[in-house]
Amino acid sequence: MIEAHGLTKYYGETRAVDDLSFTVQPGIVTGFLGPNGSGKSTTMRLILGLDAPTSGTVLVNGKHYREHPAPLHEVGALLEARSVHTGRSAYNHLLALAQTHGIPRRRVLELIDLVGLHEVARKRAGQFSLGMGQRLGIATALLGDPQTFLLDEPVNGLDPEGIHWIRNLLKALAAEGRAVFVSSHLMSEMALTADHLIVIGRGRLIADTSVDEFVRQASGSLVRVRSPQATKLRELVLGPGVTVTSTEPLLLEIGGLTPEQVGETAAAHGIVLHELTPLQASLEEAFMELTRGDVEFRAGDVVPAEAEEAAA
Amino acid sequence: MSSTTPQLSLPRYSGTGRVTQARVALSEWTKLHSLRSTRWSLLVATVLTIGLPMLFAAIVASHWGHMSPRERANRQPLDVALAGVNLSQLAIAVLGVLVITGEYSTGMIRASFTAVPKRLPVLWGKLGIYAAVTFLLMLPSVVIAFFGSQAILGRHHILQISFTHPGVMRAVIGGAVYLVLIAVFALAIGAIVRNTAGGIATFAAIFFVIPPLLNILPTSWNNAISPYLPDAAGRSIFSLTHDAHSLAPWPGFALFCGYAVVAVAAAAILLVRRDT
Repeated sequence: MIEAHGLTKYYGETRAVDDLSFTVQPGIVTGFLGPNGSGKSTTMRLILGLDAPTSGTVLVNGKHYREHPAPLHEVGALLEARSVHTGRSAYNHLLALAQTHGIPRRRVLELIDLVGLHEVARKRAGQFSLGMGQRLGIATALLGDPQTFLLDEPVNGLDPEGIHWIRNLLKALAAEGRAVFVSSHLMSEMALTADHLIVIGRGRLIADTSVDEFVRQASGSLVRVRSPQATKLRELVLGPGVTVTSTEPLLLEIGGLTPEQVGETAAAHGIVLHELTPLQASLEEAFMELTRGDVEFRAGDVVPAEAEEAAA
Repeated sequence: MSSTTPQLSLPRYSGTGRVTQARVALSEWTKLHSLRSTRWSLLVATVLTIGLPMLFAAIVASHWGHMSPRERANRQPLDVALAGVNLSQLAIAVLGVLVITGEYSTGMIRASFTAVPKRLPVLWGKLGIYAAVTFLLMLPSVVIAFFGSQAILGRHHILQISFTHPGVMRAVIGGAVYLVLIAVFALAIGAIVRNTAGGIATFAAIFFVIPPLLNILPTSWNNAISPYLPDAAGRSIFSLTHDAHSLAPWPGFALFCGYAVVAVAAAAILLVRRDT
């Protein structure tokens, strides 16, 4: 369980995280979503005590991370990019971290097998592909068999098989009652993995909601109606809180009413409908809609630029 | 494709061991010996500490016949025996800086501080392990260098001095102790600067650049300042003879320790306060 209260972080004049409050519950996968540079990695670092917040607090399992006498048994963290000495083998890397908690070699070897690094465990980590590096990071997170997981962009650089494996792993961890907090800038990935979403843009909280609710909220309740009597229908449904747009003749997109309400209104007035469709935005579209204007870097009108998270 | 919760057999671990200083020290030992740079630096330091005095002893011995009496009088047996320390300190210092800056340049420091979020045990562990390794390697090296160079010189019956002669044992062991303090000093500089090139440059400036620069100053100034620089203060522990402008062994040693303590304290304070 992770509880952030009014978390704020400035790097000099740059505000990386702005008054962020949220809770990561056990038993579910909580997706941490935001465009690149929105402050996800900074938030992760604040949770782990790697950076100190300018103001606000964040507790992990009821304590500041730094106060835990055995942090690896509390939180398993997969940190952004590489957090491995390139000259050291995967085995020695894991062993050195395990030894800080008196975790035996047997556990290290077990996890190397689990993440599929057996063949390369004695190779220098600098020669690892991005995917192998991520697997090593997962093994690191699992070392202490903790109750809370914190993973920064875990699917980055993984092949489809690896992505599938991580997805299953995260779900399995949550199913065992653990808190799983996983950041991503990929909506599609979150749609498949997460139960709950915390969305940020420019360091600010945009949404803290279930995945289903997130899509519903973002898409509003748009209903598409096709009717030969579109003009008449338009006049009938218009009212407070109702918006009607029309992109082509005989086609209406009605906001603020459910498909049931629209259908019943039409029937009551004998209006023929050729189509009545509730419109649901994809998670991707919902995200784009919500973070519009909150994207730190933008490449013309194309996708948000692939820039590094602010403040290394 | 099933949408149900996937079954994954995760190996469980029921241990709840806490972070202790001894465990962090063991972890730092694993980190130190598992890097190639460690093996190379320590090999170079050992070879220089032992090899250079042997080489110098052989050269001095073969040229002894051509030397003027005045030249011969300027040759000191301990200068030959401890000649290697002057060079091996560079290898020890570079590795000392790397022990910590290597973690910053690769990002390993984040993993280290995630495992040990109180951070200071990592610094103490690194200092303790690296100092111990330096001492355990350099003590035999300086002793071998002393007896080895004496044996070479002894064949020509020149520059002989006994290990039990007053001050000799102190100076020889002092050579190893000096290198241990160099290790500590360099590691602290690395922790402060957090950048390999910057750390090595800072060390080189303090120990190799500033001392000769002071020769530009008026001699009275130079004589007043130079003995108190880290380099000169540290050297007094492995010098047998002391002139009017150098500190006696123990005061010099104490001052050098003081410099190391200040550097370590600054490193500790910054390590806890700074973001990583």
